[in-house]
Amino acid sequence: MLRKIASSSYLVWSFLFIIIPILMIGFLSFTSSEGSVNTGFSFDNYKRFMEPIYLKVLLRSVEIAFKATLICFLVGYPMAMILAKMDSKIRNLAVMLFVVPMWMNFLLRTYAWMTILGKNGILNKFLSLFHIAPMTFLYSEGAVLLGMVYNFLPFMVLPIYTVLTKMDKSLIEAAEDLGGNKGTVFRKIIFPLSLPGVVSGFSMVFMPAVSTFVITNLLSGGQYMLVGNLIEQQFLAVNDWHFGSAISMLLMVLILLTMSVMNRLGAGIGEEGSAGLW
Amino acid sequence: MKKSIALLVMIALLATGFVGCKKEDQVVLNVYNWGDYIDDSIFDTFETETGIKINYETFATNEEMYTKLKKGGTQYDVAIPSDYMIEKMIKEEMLEKIDLSKIPNFSNIDDQYKNLAFDPKNEYSVPYFWGTVGIIYNTNLISEDIDSWDALWDEKYSGMFTMVDSQRDSIMVALKKLGYSMNTKEVAHLEEAKQLLIEQKPLVLAYVGDNVKDMLISEETAMAVVWSGEASTVIQDYDYFKYVLPKEGSNKWFDNIVIPKGAKNIEAAHQFIDFLCRGDIGFKNADYVGYSTCNNETLKLIDPALIDTTYAYPKAEWTSNFEIFLDPGDFVKEYDRIWTEIKAN
Repeated sequence: MLRKIASSSYLVWSFLFIIIPILMIGFLSFTSSEGSVNTGFSFDNYKRFMEPIYLKVLLRSVEIAFKATLICFLVGYPMAMILAKMDSKIRNLAVMLFVVPMWMNFLLRTYAWMTILGKNGILNKFLSLFHIAPMTFLYSEGAVLLGMVYNFLPFMVLPIYTVLTKMDKSLIEAAEDLGGNKGTVFRKIIFPLSLPGVVSGFSMVFMPAVSTFVITNLLSGGQYMLVGNLIEQQFLAVNDWHFGSAISMLLMVLILLTMSVMNRLGAGIGEEGSAGLW
Repeated sequence: MKKSIALLVMIALLATGFVGCKKEDQVVLNVYNWGDYIDDSIFDTFETETGIKINYETFATNEEMYTKLKKGGTQYDVAIPSDYMIEKMIKEEMLEKIDLSKIPNFSNIDDQYKNLAFDPKNEYSVPYFWGTVGIIYNTNLISEDIDSWDALWDEKYSGMFTMVDSQRDSIMVALKKLGYSMNTKEVAHLEEAKQLLIEQKPLVLAYVGDNVKDMLISEETAMAVVWSGEASTVIQDYDYFKYVLPKEGSNKWFDNIVIPKGAKNIEAAHQFIDFLCRGDIGFKNADYVGYSTCNNETLKLIDPALIDTTYAYPKAEWTSNFEIFLDPGDFVKEYDRIWTEIKAN
């Protein structure tokens, strides 16, 4: 009885707060309005998004999100390996230290970067010790990329780390017994077995990176427009909820597509595919 | 079974807990205002005098405020939008009429700020502050005398200045530079302004909102398009900043206090508006925000050094070619489109 109540309350919850909002966004995206009068069903909002200027924004977002994901992977994989190889006592502490910054509000952490990267920020103060003239770090693509990597890195490290620690050590030992050197063992055993973690890390970083608008707004000084900013602008600044909804729908489709591709990749790799989301 | 009883008991406890927390019948007035646009110490004064508690929220642009009120679901009793937005909200019947008989301090407001075009009989709004838009620059970093919007298209200042992250204000700058009215309804004029702003984009350090003051003081930026009160606040602490009223003309604006439709505490809203119109309270706010007061009693308390400065109380002839924004009506779609295209480029 209680179980039924519990499960149906979840259903009601997800219906109210997930299904209905999505339907509303879908409805808005297929309608448009003049003033406050609704002018009925149309594809205009989607057609408008096909204009080169908006496609450019989308392309730019995918590109920078992909770059951020790749950097997270390159930095995160070794990090995960180091964590996984630690003695279990220190390891838990290290993982916790790794997660602690995430307890702090993410806006605050991004603002902190602004004071580090600023013209008279800590970084430039430090460089001036070596007589390097102040450089502009803030308000650039690089700053946005840095903000993304910094904020989303744990999403890459943690799934890879989980897969690495769960890995069957006897396979590695067997490979070593058969004469494989460190490189070969990594290439043939460790890396392939850790791929499910990599796949889930990729999608967990890519998704928030492609849709963020706060990081771009703060670190690019409102200059650099990604698809998340485009949506935010339609809702907050220009009051065109219809166009904003259409972009949101398209973004959702894009993310779903990436996820399904990623899942297929993950499933093709082996039974470990279920390790998907740590 | 036991479990479900426990659950029920818990729910009951929680429910009574919440009820217990609610204070009896204290009126809470919801105020919606620009960020950094009031001296918040006056809230306590108001609460001790009237027993009414203030719940204060802020917005960054008129458009943001409009969207939030328009889409409903909010309950603000008092809001402080600008001229053209008030005109639009009156047209769309989004405002309650204000009963001036309940605002005796309205007589403190100088006549020149009453009955302005956007609210011809002051039926819906009571003046709060006014000001201009201009250029502030750090004379330690920029030695040239700047007097024109052209400086914002000058390659030499690339990466040294910020624009305002608000569509009408930024487009206004381009329109004025081109010699057009900031209230133009010609698409061709807007297209020209768009081209100009797109050309300018690589030179702009950032499009900013409320944080421009910090950026100026920390020398993150050397020059910025700002509202006069921001300039006033900065210049009063750092005298090497200079605020100029561009010779091509600019925007002169008025922010008035209104009561949005759907307000729950109309009586208390009137009390609060009257309170804001009091000379001493007006002075506290003017001193804090740095904008120019519309209130004669407040003006008596203002530091005489501020009179006839570009940033606080400019002489009338300095702003003779300045314009007040009008509500573009449906033409706002064009502004929206153009701003999106500028930002997306």
